Amino acid sequence: MEESRRSFLKIAGIAAFGLSAIPAIDIFASESSKKAPAPAPDFSLTENSKALSAKRWGMVIDTRKFKSEKDLEHIMSVCHSIHNVPNMTNKRHEIKWIWSEEYPHAFVGDENEYLSEKLAHTPIIVLCNHCQNPPCVRACPTQATFKRQSDGIVMMDMHRCIGCRFCIAACPYGARSFNFRDPRPFISKTNLEYPTRMKGVVEKCTFCVERLAIGKIPACVEASNGAIIFGDLENPDSEIRKLLKNNFTIRRKQHLGTGPSVYYIV
Amino acid sequence: MLELAIKGSKKYYAWIVVLLVVITMGFATYLLQLSFGLGITGLSRDVSWGFYIAQFTFLVGVAASAVMVVLPYYLHHYKAFGRITILGEFLAVPSVIMCLLFIIVDMGQPMRALNVILHPTPNSVMFWDMIVLNGYLLLNIVIGWKVLEGERNGVAPPSWVKFLIYVSIPWAVSIHTVTAFLYSGLPGRGFWLTAILAPRFLSSAFAAGPSFLILLALLIRKVTNFDPGKEQIQSLAKIVTYGIIINVFFFLCEVFVVFYSQIPEHMDHFKYLFFGLKGHGILVPWMWTSFILMIVAIILLVNPVTRKNEFVLAVACIAVFIGTWIDKGLGLISGGFIPSPLHHVNEYIPTGQELTITIGIYAIGFLLITVLYKIVVSVKEEVRA
Amino acid sequence: MPNNNNKIYDKNKIVIGIVIFLIISLFPIWYNHFKNVPAPDPLLTEKAKIAKECVLPKVLMKTEHMQLLNSWRDSVVRDGKRLYTNSQGKVFDMSLSNGCLDCHSNKKDFCDRCHNYASVRPYCFDCHIDNPKEKK
Ligand code: HEC
Ligand code: HEC
Ligand code: HEC
Repeated sequence: MEESRRSFLKIAGIAAFGLSAIPAIDIFASESSKKAPAPAPDFSLTENSKALSAKRWGMVIDTRKFKSEKDLEHIMSVCHSIHNVPNMTNKRHEIKWIWSEEYPHAFVGDENEYLSEKLAHTPIIVLCNHCQNPPCVRACPTQATFKRQSDGIVMMDMHRCIGCRFCIAACPYGARSFNFRDPRPFISKTNLEYPTRMKGVVEKCTFCVERLAIGKIPACVEASNGAIIFGDLENPDSEIRKLLKNNFTIRRKQHLGTGPSVYYIV
Repeated sequence: MLELAIKGSKKYYAWIVVLLVVITMGFATYLLQLSFGLGITGLSRDVSWGFYIAQFTFLVGVAASAVMVVLPYYLHHYKAFGRITILGEFLAVPSVIMCLLFIIVDMGQPMRALNVILHPTPNSVMFWDMIVLNGYLLLNIVIGWKVLEGERNGVAPPSWVKFLIYVSIPWAVSIHTVTAFLYSGLPGRGFWLTAILAPRFLSSAFAAGPSFLILLALLIRKVTNFDPGKEQIQSLAKIVTYGIIINVFFFLCEVFVVFYSQIPEHMDHFKYLFFGLKGHGILVPWMWTSFILMIVAIILLVNPVTRKNEFVLAVACIAVFIGTWIDKGLGLISGGFIPSPLHHVNEYIPTGQELTITIGIYAIGFLLITVLYKIVVSVKEEVRA
Repeated sequence: MPNNNNKIYDKNKIVIGIVIFLIISLFPIWYNHFKNVPAPDPLLTEKAKIAKECVLPKVLMKTEHMQLLNSWRDSVVRDGKRLYTNSQGKVFDMSLSNGCLDCHSNKKDFCDRCHNYASVRPYCFDCHIDNPKEKK
């Protein structure tokens, strides 16, 4: 009798524990029910007809065309303001999608001892390389960062990111930033058409997917006065491919095998 | 058997109350972190993992080291360890629990932790780490409990437990290997990008874990009527000796490769840790302390005269534990992030709040160790009476 | 184990304990039962009134709008498709702030009224702008 009461209590305990999980299970159910109860009998999801598309988006940055630090600052501030990138006062919490580095930092390992006078002091604009073989995507445990099969853009799904920062450790370009605190107080002028972020998620450049979707080129390209060229790397007739054919270009840390889609003319 | 945990002396309760106070402080600070964000830590854009992940890595090692008492007993029928396998298993359980807690406090969005299960991603090492850690936890709880219950009732544990024990041996190796793979597969982080990282992790674990176990055994002998045994302690000491020697050997192999090849991407991290880089070097004294402690420990442990003296042995064990802790708990993570992939040096110093949360988690671990070991010791005393 | 009679000790204490446990654990049920406030009526904006219809029929919107939003965000962020055509052939921009809140620009009197009543606080607006129409 004693034994059976004991095992009854054990089973009851386990059952109670199981029951206590029901609310949690319900949450999962609604989380993952995107396919379950079809909200409407017939509907369709489509792209905007004006949307720009490519097999693999890429960029050529012609550093020769940047005259001064001011040109770069303009590009960066355009990007950061339309994407509500905060201006963190504490440097440790800095968030940046596109920024400038000196040549020896942008091209670590490829810096010559005696760089041409011009190169040694030219700031190089850097951003996410939207790698062909992105290590951050390999590392992410939730597919919150992933490569879009349609056009090769490495995307960030803010809704799924758990903030483990494995992607930051994996990125060899320092392209990712983490929200160490609520960014909203540090956004001086909010763009009401684009979401901000919240504490605890990782963010980075997305090649302006929200602009491509409505037929606009990325903001930095538009603001660059022709110094940044954007186009389809897989299309042999594209302007960007012609540039690559006619100029000597380099990519950042290409020996790592990540296959950056951002090329530089130096 | 749980009732054994609540029948204790005044001292036992006083210790538990102290731990609970520390835990409460840690928890309160964690609530602050939850509402403010990870900004209350010393982490930065360049050093985006720090103290939490380092403790996690170190403790995975302590957890894995349980295999060092289980393996000789079950595979080599080394009878003497029969008395203490349970101590190893019940050290593993709190260690893994601390590991999991450190991962949770390190997450920016802990409420979404279950996304790892909802969107399983086999190409992510983190996914596998979650599986092996949780599996190891479960294995050790079940094995430890069943073995102890058998001992109490004077019967052999059911045969399926034996099967689980055999599974747990390679599993222990796997948890630390997978944890090393978190780091060693990342391009552009030259400090970690080395095949010897996993072997180094294992060797330092097999030094740190058993040395902690020796210290616990000595403590148990002092404060209870259960003696884990002289022979057992000496055998553990030999394991520690091998572990720490191999660890230093592996480390020196790495040092050779890095400094002889002179490849900056790999060398600069070591320069930062041991000599300082571009005028930054807060970890320099720590790293040398760590190295000297390990060397001193080797000298004390290799010599049978000093090893057999339990006081000296305790000193050597403390040296091993602190030495490996500095190596993994301070140097490993900072060293990997500094200099950054763009070759900037931004140093990392944990904040007080970060340390409070860390100590709170350690207190949870100690609470669990205390309670589990209390049960073990009570059973052992009961069986002998 | 030592005791081998089948009496339950401390019967009274156990019963009292169970009763207290039940009262506490059923709190949400009796609390809402006694609160008994009528469900609020979400206000429609002029723009919504002109549009007359929502993305889906009202009954469906009432109960399924969170699923709809989830599928919208996955479609936009993960599949790159941003337009939604409903069964009437009406096309919507799949956007929370620029779609839903374009018609329902009175979030306080629309979404929030309901959510306060149902005690849900969607965390979406930690990021998504909740007043896209107003100047800051
Ligand atoms: C074109 C304008 C328009 C858009 C865009 C729109 N709605 Fe509506 N919504 C309406 C109108 C009009 C009604 C009232 C429908 C009725 O009374 O049949 C309504 C009703 C609703 C209701 C039911 C309110 C009640 O009284 O119970 C909900 C919930 C709702 N909308 C949510 C949303 C969400 C969420 C979105 C975005 C996914 C959205 N709406 C987008 C116009 C719009
Ligand atoms: C008719 C009342 C009603 C209106 C109007 C309404 N909601 Fe809701 N909403 C609910 C209820 C009830 C829930 C909780 C459903 C559940 O938990 O299953 C909910 C849940 C949600 C959720 C999911 C939250 C979570 O934590 O799971 C989102 C997102 C949401 N609503 C968005 C909106 C938006 C945006 C609007 C305004 C455009 C809106 N709702 C208007 C009743 C309403
Ligand atoms: C961490 C910040 C964050 C949170 C929290 C968040 N989102 Fe988003 N959401 C984004 C970002 C960033 C985009 C991408 C915008 C783009 O590409 O246009 C987006 C896009 C979307 C889109 C499609 C585009 C648009 O403009 O709305 C929908 C729909 C959406 N989110 C719904 C939700 C819902 C529903 C919730 C709450 C359950 C939520 N989001 C919570 C950041 C967030």
